[in-house]
Amino acid sequence: MKALVPFLAVVFLVLLVIAGVKAAGLYFLFGVAVPYAAAAIFLLGFVYKVVKWGRTPVPFHIPTTCGQQKSLPWIKPNSIENPSGTGGVIMRMLLEVFLFRSLFKNRKTKIKGDYIAYSWAPWLWLSGMAFHWSFLLIVIRHLRFFFQSVPVPVQALEHLDSILNWGVPALYITDVIFLAAVTYLFLRRVTLAHLKAITLPADYFPLFLLFGIGASGALMRYHLRVDVVGVKELVMGLVSLHPAAVAGIGTIFYIHLFLISTLFAYFPWSKLVHAGGVFLSPTRNLSNNSRVVRHVNPWNYPVKVHTYAEYEDDFREKMKMAGLPVEKE
Amino acid sequence: MAKEKEPKPEELFQSIDYKAPKKFWMDTPAQIRPGMFCWGAKAKSLNTVGFPNARDWNPSEENWKLPDNWQEILIEGLRERLDKYRSLRLFMDICVRCGACADKCHFYIGTGDPKNMPVLRAELMRSVYRKYFTTGGKVLGKLAGARELDLQVLKEWWYYFFQCTECRRCSVFCPYGIDQAEITMAGRELLNLIGLNIEWIMGPAANCYMKGNHLGLEPHTIVNNVEFMLDDIETLTGIRINPSFNRKGAEILFVTPSGDLFADPGTYTCMGYLMLFHELGLDYTWSTYASEGGNFGFFTSNELAKRLNSKIYAEAKRLGVKWILGGECGHMWRVLNQYMDTWNGPADFLEVPKSPITGTVFENAKATKMTHIIEFTADLIKHGKLKLDPSRNDHLNVTFHDSCNTARGMGVFEEPRYVINNICRNFFEMPRETIREQTFCCGSGSGLNAGEDMELRLRGGLARANAVKYVHDKHGVNMLANICAIDRAALTTSMNYWVPGVTVAGVHELLANALVMTGEKPRETDLRGEPLPASEEDVSVSARAVTQAEGETAGGEANV
Repeated sequence: MKALVPFLAVVFLVLLVIAGVKAAGLYFLFGVAVPYAAAAIFLLGFVYKVVKWGRTPVPFHIPTTCGQQKSLPWIKPNSIENPSGTGGVIMRMLLEVFLFRSLFKNRKTKIKGDYIAYSWAPWLWLSGMAFHWSFLLIVIRHLRFFFQSVPVPVQALEHLDSILNWGVPALYITDVIFLAAVTYLFLRRVTLAHLKAITLPADYFPLFLLFGIGASGALMRYHLRVDVVGVKELVMGLVSLHPAAVAGIGTIFYIHLFLISTLFAYFPWSKLVHAGGVFLSPTRNLSNNSRVVRHVNPWNYPVKVHTYAEYEDDFREKMKMAGLPVEKE
Repeated sequence: MAKEKEPKPEELFQSIDYKAPKKFWMDTPAQIRPGMFCWGAKAKSLNTVGFPNARDWNPSEENWKLPDNWQEILIEGLRERLDKYRSLRLFMDICVRCGACADKCHFYIGTGDPKNMPVLRAELMRSVYRKYFTTGGKVLGKLAGARELDLQVLKEWWYYFFQCTECRRCSVFCPYGIDQAEITMAGRELLNLIGLNIEWIMGPAANCYMKGNHLGLEPHTIVNNVEFMLDDIETLTGIRINPSFNRKGAEILFVTPSGDLFADPGTYTCMGYLMLFHELGLDYTWSTYASEGGNFGFFTSNELAKRLNSKIYAEAKRLGVKWILGGECGHMWRVLNQYMDTWNGPADFLEVPKSPITGTVFENAKATKMTHIIEFTADLIKHGKLKLDPSRNDHLNVTFHDSCNTARGMGVFEEPRYVINNICRNFFEMPRETIREQTFCCGSGSGLNAGEDMELRLRGGLARANAVKYVHDKHGVNMLANICAIDRAALTTSMNYWVPGVTVAGVHELLANALVMTGEKPRETDLRGEPLPASEEDVSVSARAVTQAEGETAGGEANV
């Protein structure tokens, strides 16, 4: 049930395109208006979110320390897992963002006889890496549609990606990895009982959407050929802000484009904003130097305290009896 | 009351069921089960610190005597905290429910209750956040994972935010560093707004506010308790120690958790401090006003934590000391490392801590002016300033428990190990997944070490205890060393239940066993009055050699 509604939602989106483009010929709407609106929502929404987080104070210095602190000169600190300066923080963030270092530490907890045992569990890390990296490379490959002459690095990537040289046109390795990873990420949600229990419709929806994007893209490239020149013309029009509807590209392209637009528009309002949020996470992006440099809380305010004078008033006689010095006799 | 039904360890172990429930978690209200929760905070305690909506109430009764507008108070309170804490706002927004944290929580491992998966414990609040603070949640409701804050949800919040010890283990594994402790802390602050704390936290916090320490020890009692320890030290070593209290002009103010002053095994650790400082001839003083290093305010609200913490700097200023030395404690050091200076600093009236014995300047405490005793002692040993006879600990096969807070809120890993390796000869690490930054909570942290929630504590303590059991079975470990006052109390209970035969000690107790003091008489027992290893020299030497050889092989294996 939790998966059905998001699945139907994506099916509905596809049907919407078929109806709109194939039946009603709304090329401008689906080729120009929707992508522009989606890009605008994405940009504004993403900026809104990041600014909203960014403007919320970090009142306390709360890095999660995962290695030896910098203390005595003869004890080697772990400058990445427990950074004491900016360099270490940058390294920690780079490892987190590019290699998912924390996820790599994942261990599975099981009961084995009398003991609780911890075993290596790399699959989530692996599928996460496979998904994000293949997605990134695919996005970079798509830059060919955004430039009149295809930049050399993009050409090189295309070459590498199709190096297996299987089929015509040559199969992109990233396409396979992307679809496999998304499939795995979906399957683990429906087969691992615990994960199923915590999964919300909002977790299935982006997976269906991403699968739809990948599948429509693959179909377009390997099966239902579309007018690539027309696609480039449309995209260049969008990029150069001289948009023009192009007819006759093929409905599958509009499905692809519409699902991407949906992803963009949906992005800032969903869990997908983790992409921006990870950079702002105070348990990761602060160095453990709060004993060296005072961290200032912008909303720190005076509080009512129980002073020593009040304490002595409460206990003066007892203190004197115990031979403790007092301020007032 | 909880005692009467306390199950046998094997029964409890076998009762853990990791099967996922059939029903969606939102459709299964919390069952507030005896043994798994603490008594509600009393009006008296709440009134002492001026907290709102004070009343006596009973969590197991249907009627919690809530103020009429409790929903409004909580929603407004949540709004305020979302605007004050980036951590909270971010952690409400970015979780992808990947599940990496799910089996990392000691409460989940020990209970199998899905709502003890950190991700679900966070969703308890996130679902409410979505309903009141996001458009998707407002429009789509349950479909967007949103739900109303009703009475059932409130009870669920209370039950599960007091089944989290703020240990931060989940945040080690989260790809975005989402820290359930931040969510639990916000949740408990909100519950406080409507008078829903637990007495085991509020009582000590109120004590600390009025009397300077959690246990409510009045000044003369502190002096008396220390006198008892001094008598024991004299019996043991023949040396009479004369520490000072509230003395102006001392070089160092020493602050430690009051648990060390009150009951064993904490008192043995305290004796260790007294013996060490005496042997060094340290110019230091105790304070009866700032007689608490720990901070149960930290388990209620940021504001109360700050109010309690203020005493340390205030007292350092009044006494005119140069710097502050802090004893062995877990959450105390998270507070001192990550909060104190921000709340109550800058401590510009103090000097950068400098060891009067070695001359080492503790640059890592340049701003807070407060040094951890394990750093101080490690430095002493490194400079050869202590005469140590580790053979006096030969009757102990030692392992070390990293406290959550010094591990994940500070990074104190090598200092205690260095000290232990210099005072004991049989040291064995627990498995890698259960120590250092991956260490497990004792099960009773963040103010949950009461009597009535014993089943919760034993279940929560299982992951730690089971790792001790591993080295106990494999290497004959019989001593669990640590640097935390709550550990000393809680792990003792946990060991008695899960791993009988293992005792618990602060590192400075073991240090005092090994410490050869000037002018001491030959020691016959350790600090606990247990006979030292066989007094016939030849016997002990050969026995020692054997244990050490075994220790090295086994220790190597444990590290693999």
